[in-house]
Amino acid sequence: MRGVQIDLISSERLSSMTSMEKIRLILDEVQEGKIVVLESGLDPQEETKLIEVTMSEISPEGFIGIEIESYPQKRRQGLLAKLFSKNPHARLTVIGPANQMKMLHKDRDLISALVSAPEA
Amino acid sequence: MWFKRFFKKRSTRIGIYGPPNAGKTTLANRIIKDWSGEAMGSTSEIPHETRRAKRREGVTITSNGSAVTFDIVDTPGLATKIDFHDFMSFGLEEEEAKRRAKEATEGVIDAIKWLEDLDGILLVMDSTDDPFTQVNVTVIGNMEARRLPLLIVANKIDLPDSAPARIHSAFPQHPMVPISALENTNIDKLYNAMADHFGG
Repeated sequence: MRGVQIDLISSERLSSMTSMEKIRLILDEVQEGKIVVLESGLDPQEETKLIEVTMSEISPEGFIGIEIESYPQKRRQGLLAKLFSKNPHARLTVIGPANQMKMLHKDRDLISALVSAPEA
Repeated sequence: MWFKRFFKKRSTRIGIYGPPNAGKTTLANRIIKDWSGEAMGSTSEIPHETRRAKRREGVTITSNGSAVTFDIVDTPGLATKIDFHDFMSFGLEEEEAKRRAKEATEGVIDAIKWLEDLDGILLVMDSTDDPFTQVNVTVIGNMEARRLPLLIVANKIDLPDSAPARIHSAFPQHPMVPISALENTNIDKLYNAMADHFGG
């Protein structure tokens, strides 16, 4: 059967990984044509690191980059939460190869994407 | 005197960020020209015209009777994908398109590295585009995590499809100034907002 592999990675698994382990996992899977869904997403610094490493791996005849979408961060309520939260709460994130995944619509609460199978 | 100079705070360093073709360099040119009479960089309809961050030091903006001195850093457009074929659709030859793509990837890395060395940012968005892009979400998330000030600039309000209110409703937690950097619309409001927001 020809199709697209989707890997859904749980918060528990993500929480046991370092930032670079997460980024390496994502880019390895995406470069194999897979779609990766992270239950708890990346924090903002990890997202910029992912973009940085992605840029260093783009090549003219091969990998052209990633499509990545997540919901905007939820605003922390209350003074204590704002003062003591190390990072904003990371939210569900979907990442795929830029030549296979196209975002159709996104807003605060909905991400809609079109995914095509890798070229044979 | 030396004591005062030693402890004098350096200029407030502001980065101009946003996706490609949002009008970052047009805005940087406008700011630099208004306050120092010079230009910062070239602009083009082809994305990723700016592929190296450029810094202009000591730009003093006077607003509401007070003067604030900035270092302005114009950064390459942030993107998560760069395909040289996109540049060929603007008429570039293949070799030139590949070279531009390579430089554009380096430019994105350059822009990300600069995030570490800023006191605040102007996030420029094209107000005719959907504001919920990952670049916007990521930059805003970074500034919130670092607790650094951010001012959203809704650019291109001279275009008929512009909808700055959509940007404000997408990111209501941050101040927004609707402008046209090209047509010089609302630039004074932007300078007032910069002085208020970054000058303290």
